[in-house]
Amino acid sequence: MKPALLRQPAIAVPAAILLLIVLLAVFGPWLAPQPFDAIDFDAEWGAAPSAAHPFGTDDLGRDLFARVCVGGRLSLAVGLVSTLVSLAIGITWGAVAGWFGGRVDAVMMRVVDILYALPFMFFVILLMVLFGRHELLIFVAIGAVSWLDMARIVRGQTLALRRQPFIDAAVVSGLGNAAILVRHVIPNLLGVVIVCATLTVPQAILVESFLSFLGLGIQEPATSWGALVNDGARAMEATPWGLIFPAGFLVLTLLAFNWLGDALRAALDAPRR
Amino acid sequence: MRAGLKTAALVLALLLPLVAWPTPAVLTIGNGTEPESLDPQKATGVSAGNVLRDLYEGLTGVSPGGNIVPAAAESWQWSDDGRRLQLRLRDGLRWANGDPLTAEHYAAGLRRLLDPATASGYANLFAAIEHGREVLAGRLPPSALGLRAEDARTLTIGLERPMPNLPALLAHPAASPIHPADLVGDPKPDARIGNGAYRLAEWALQSRITLLRNRNYWNDRQTAIGEVRYLPTEDLNSELKRYRAGELDVTTSVPSTQADWIRRTFGNELHVATYLGSYFYGLNLTRPPFAGNKPLRQALSMAIDRQVIATKVLHALATPAWSYIPPGIRDYTPQVPGWAQWSRGQREAEAQRLYAAAGYSAAKPLQVEIRYNTSDDHKRIAVVIAAMWKQVLGAEVTLVNEEWKVFLQHRRERRDTQAFRNTWIADSDDALGFAEILGSAHPRNDSGYADAGYDALVHEAGEARDLRLRREKLEAAEQQMLDDAPIVPIYFYASKHLVKPRVDGWQDNILDWHYSKDLRLRER
Amino acid sequence: MLSRAAMRLLTALPTLLVLVALSFFLMHAAPGGPFDSERSLAPEIEARLAAHFHLDEPVWMQFGRYLGGLLHGDLGPSLQYEGRSVASLIADGAPVSAAVGAAALLLAIIGGVAIGAIAAMRRDGGLDRGLMLLALVGLSLPSYVVAPLLILVFALALDWLPAGGWDGPSSVLLPAVALALPQMAAVARLTRGALGDVLAAPWIRTARAKGLPERLIVFRHALKPALLPVVSWLGPAAAGLMTGSVVVEQVFGIPGIGRYFVQGALNRDYTLVLGVVLFYGALVIAFNFLVDLAYGALDPRARLE
Repeated sequence: MKPALLRQPAIAVPAAILLLIVLLAVFGPWLAPQPFDAIDFDAEWGAAPSAAHPFGTDDLGRDLFARVCVGGRLSLAVGLVSTLVSLAIGITWGAVAGWFGGRVDAVMMRVVDILYALPFMFFVILLMVLFGRHELLIFVAIGAVSWLDMARIVRGQTLALRRQPFIDAAVVSGLGNAAILVRHVIPNLLGVVIVCATLTVPQAILVESFLSFLGLGIQEPATSWGALVNDGARAMEATPWGLIFPAGFLVLTLLAFNWLGDALRAALDAPRR
Repeated sequence: MRAGLKTAALVLALLLPLVAWPTPAVLTIGNGTEPESLDPQKATGVSAGNVLRDLYEGLTGVSPGGNIVPAAAESWQWSDDGRRLQLRLRDGLRWANGDPLTAEHYAAGLRRLLDPATASGYANLFAAIEHGREVLAGRLPPSALGLRAEDARTLTIGLERPMPNLPALLAHPAASPIHPADLVGDPKPDARIGNGAYRLAEWALQSRITLLRNRNYWNDRQTAIGEVRYLPTEDLNSELKRYRAGELDVTTSVPSTQADWIRRTFGNELHVATYLGSYFYGLNLTRPPFAGNKPLRQALSMAIDRQVIATKVLHALATPAWSYIPPGIRDYTPQVPGWAQWSRGQREAEAQRLYAAAGYSAAKPLQVEIRYNTSDDHKRIAVVIAAMWKQVLGAEVTLVNEEWKVFLQHRRERRDTQAFRNTWIADSDDALGFAEILGSAHPRNDSGYADAGYDALVHEAGEARDLRLRREKLEAAEQQMLDDAPIVPIYFYASKHLVKPRVDGWQDNILDWHYSKDLRLRER
Repeated sequence: MLSRAAMRLLTALPTLLVLVALSFFLMHAAPGGPFDSERSLAPEIEARLAAHFHLDEPVWMQFGRYLGGLLHGDLGPSLQYEGRSVASLIADGAPVSAAVGAAALLLAIIGGVAIGAIAAMRRDGGLDRGLMLLALVGLSLPSYVVAPLLILVFALALDWLPAGGWDGPSSVLLPAVALALPQMAAVARLTRGALGDVLAAPWIRTARAKGLPERLIVFRHALKPALLPVVSWLGPAAAGLMTGSVVVEQVFGIPGIGRYFVQGALNRDYTLVLGVVLFYGALVIAFNFLVDLAYGALDPRARLE
């Protein structure tokens, strides 16, 4: 990212928030009073926040601060990895369609249209039922359902790029299709892609939390924000801290990503959708 | 002015349906998962049973306190050899549509239950009826069963082996009579004819089941509540909210994570009672690490602090279990092992000794999987047990959460499982049902426990006519099984309901059966 | 756009076929069967049940049989609910889901456009920033958190609306709001963005110069073109509402078909899952088709394309 961009407060503020959250997720567990999966059988379970447990403890007496940090690692990882998966598929698909145009483009985009009409969330559920709850699968499944927008945007940009003189120059100089795509087209898509990616991350995090709600999420004792929020929402009156802290982090993160995406879009003047 | 009044009245009329108005004459019951069927012989599951007990009346019934009482049969008598039960029906029994109800209809119900074409999940309950096994296997027609309607009011049931709990079993909805009209063709799921204190008025799937009092019921005069509604309440937290909003009089259960809060808020509206269910971990004896390693199995069992699970995890909505067959069951004494009384230190020391004897140490820790199906409480218990095994023994425990059907398949196959969550909930107040599922040939013997001595004891108990002998055999069988530790008992289930103070006549009983006809609604 | 709409109709059938095939083979590949239960059936009885529903045949033959049934408009019997056809289950559940979904869509559009318009008129003011921040929060709150909160406030604390169940029109409101909130936030953001662009256009400046009041400019002239992105949002939104309905129907205990999908998938009720997927798939396609038509009607340029 260019330093000039970071001087705009609309970009710097959410970026700083995200940085803090990432730092907390990565290093927080070392600050926690006990490991995220340790159970103190003699302590009070479901305890309110105190000096010993800044976020309180969950209904099995585990330190919530440690769990929120560790859950954050997973949620952020889900967001980033599935976005990378969706980037890989979406950029390839969109760039190829846009570059070759004509019949190739028509067929490939028709496929995207068809996929748009599938109730995709249902497939994620079926996949989770079929293969069990493996972390890797969560990443891939979510990524595999969120590349459509990316493909459309990349295709549009590629079509526009193709008419640029420097691309003509590359063609004239005898570079092959693949080389032009990799060396000239894709680097020039970066702005659009960053914006789209920033907006895909919160989507992926939300999908994971939805799976957690259905009981198809991550495997205990590991956890995610979605799983923590879901547990917390069930007992929101008896132990409100169980909901407030993970939900706070979840919402703040999604907010920051959406905010950052909006600001980047404005700054880079990228198209919506 | 008048126009204003009119508008006001109109607005009021429009707003009225927006207000949830509890109708005092209706009993509304949260019923958990939606019943998949209300066919008395085909339906399985607790929620269907609750409705069916209102819709059909068995030959026998259960009193609010849980005792077997006369229902459609006014009396019954055993033959001297204990292999024939003769029941005498009340005079003038009628179906809900007014047709006369005869002993033959009860016989037809039982034949249908055992007919393999019905594919009933409860057929095994009555397999001890003469030729029951052959009929179930399709080798004899259902008409060969030892059931005879001597006349319109007398039914004789012949047995292959003594079945002292037969009168109790006859109260089960699976033994309901069947109307001749429902035997032909496939009646619509909501169009069957019953003989209970209520009849089915409406079944809006996933929305409500409405019952109205059956005017043709022989004891209709004693029925106090005119309308009963069973609502599906799958999500216990949502159910709790609906109870608080006054939309339910009785809940199907309560979320255990909120038990303390519920006690504080609702006091004695919370009913917790012993229930005929046992929650345990099965250990797969057909594969390492548990095959042929009794000390290890015992060590794992001793390392678990049941008190912590019952009080801290389940918030006293369960009883800690050191044995398998629940307390409170008829004609049985719980077989609690001696070490249940030990102090925590003593118990853990012995567990560590056995663990070492089994060949494990800090350098060579046990690596074991706990498999459980998706559910909040299963998850919490697995997390806690994993922590106990880790802290007391140093075992490395992995949790494997599987979706229900996948879990069932793996558990049955006994190939991928090591330690796994298991449950048995009895269909009747009888210890034999519990003992049988650990028999080497039983399809639900998920541990693969195969012990000739145990099998023999359970078999002898099944053949015993004398209740004392039966009891001794069963108790000896459990003693031996507990020592072999193919399973790790964890807790005994409790039934748990929130019941509004306006519901009168609710009594806790071990079967957790509550006939609507025995309840009344207090006027406010 | 119209040609695109026509293409949609043409591709509808193959799309649905792909949909059915994918779901069918995924479902049948999953471990466990419809008749597994805690109280396992005797093997002979289970075999008999499987034969009755043709589950003992090779999967491809079952697929052929299913397609054959579809040709006759037969979705088959539910494996889980005794004596009920999938068609009857969907016929019972669809109006309920539709009522909640339509109410939510309406709320989302009206509320979202209103909020977006207000924000656009006060662009970069305090109100605009406040509203857009709220919209972002709305986008970021999972519905399984919003729904119980709504119940706590409106059913328990205020006692205005029922806490759950399906009993008259009052049961629609809370689920619809829970379902609508994230969509409303999305519409608000779209409207504000598009309207902002339109309001900066030269022809609006002309209108202003002529002295037209701002409200009139916004509602009479600027809003219509600004609604284009909202219209194209409707397609994906329909899919979003369906996903949301799974959660909302469960939390509120509503007898809609969103729940049937999850329950059916977990219970291996193959026919029920396929029926619901097919129904939803057809609905999404129909919705996208209508959106294309509406787009053409709103944007004269699209008609020429």
